[in-house]
Amino acid sequence: MQIKVMTNILEKNDQVAAALQERFEKAGIFVINLLGSPGCGKTSLLEKTIKALKETLSIAVIEGDLFTAKDAERIEQHGVPVVQINTGGGCHLDANMIQGVLDCLDLGELDIIVIENVGNLVCPAEFNIGEDCKVTVLSITEGDDKPLKYPLIFKQASAVILNKVDLLPYTNFDLKAAEKDITAIHPEVTLLPVSCQTGEGLEAWFNWLMKQVQIKKGKESK
Amino acid sequence: MHEMSIAQGILDIVLKTAAEHNAVKISCIKLLIGQMTQVEPESLKFGFAALAANTIADGAVVDITIIPLVGKCNSCGQQFTVERYSFLCPLCHSANILVVSGRELAVDYLEVE
Ligand SMILES: Nc1nc2c(ncn2[C@@H]2O[C@H](COP(=O)(O)OP(=O)(O)OP(=O)(O)O)[C@@H](O)[C@H]2O)c(=O)[nH]1
Ligand SMILES: [Mg+2]
Ligand SMILES: [Zn+2]
Ligand SMILES: [Zn+2]
Repeated sequence: MQIKVMTNILEKNDQVAAALQERFEKAGIFVINLLGSPGCGKTSLLEKTIKALKETLSIAVIEGDLFTAKDAERIEQHGVPVVQINTGGGCHLDANMIQGVLDCLDLGELDIIVIENVGNLVCPAEFNIGEDCKVTVLSITEGDDKPLKYPLIFKQASAVILNKVDLLPYTNFDLKAAEKDITAIHPEVTLLPVSCQTGEGLEAWFNWLMKQVQIKKGKESK
Repeated sequence: MHEMSIAQGILDIVLKTAAEHNAVKISCIKLLIGQMTQVEPESLKFGFAALAANTIADGAVVDITIIPLVGKCNSCGQQFTVERYSFLCPLCHSANILVVSGRELAVDYLEVE
């Protein structure tokens, strides 16, 4: 006997993600799923962002990591609430994991939650975790061929941060070519070349972030 | 290896569906996987076989159809196969493209006894 099913395999995760999104929506919190390869500079970007904006915005961080709490310890130094999720080898965060730690945060107090996903360009792009948007960090040392090799993570991102531009003179990374590929994959994307080392370009990132939070707050007050 | 979590999702769906139909054995599972998904078919089959051991889906044939990436231009209506992940209309160069197919991750149907 043949049984027609036609069910989305990620349906369960999507349902939990939708419930999370509703909770964030009610609390008026803007949530970012921060993606990128191991070492591309996700935590560095977060540290810079917290330093610059913590007086203006109430920020909390959820840190996804395979086994350690190293990134959470770095964030804690900046005096913002941080929750660690260890995936125990799992290569991505899923919606259940976020749901499991949400009670550790005081949602009433927050403007923004940044969730640093496990360093990986592949599967985190497939698993929604209740975020308003994905932000993908690509660093100059990874090579300019990565957008076409891992297109989904660039297609799904509202903003792509090209980090470590201070290293451009020492690599064969072709910034124009990378920007062209990313724009072809995702024509509406916001591209932000930055250096977390020198601070170059970070102002534009802060402005983008502030704008997204304001848009979210505006929606809430209506 | 995230194919394991995808495989678990498939197993949950097929076991639930089979139970609803009082099936005693699942012999074949037909999957639709879009070209622009992060799933490696061989790892998925391997992961599924491991998870399905000792269930009524043990030994089921996993048959995967890859769905090509197709876009439709919202400006001029042209439908086209997306090459090199370029989401620009080949006819009018508009960037306003709807993804028609290629993002599927679905269980299409089952063969059961
Ligand atoms: N030269 C240079 N180095 C940077 C820059 N941003 C980050 N780094 C360095 O890159 C290394 C990795 O940075 P992290 O912020 O830990 O990267 P990550 O993406 O959080 O890494 P995982 O969480 O392990 O995936 C650190 O040694 C940083 O100091 C930059 O703009 N320029
Ligand atoms: Mg990190
Ligand atoms: Zn994964
Ligand atoms: Zn067109």
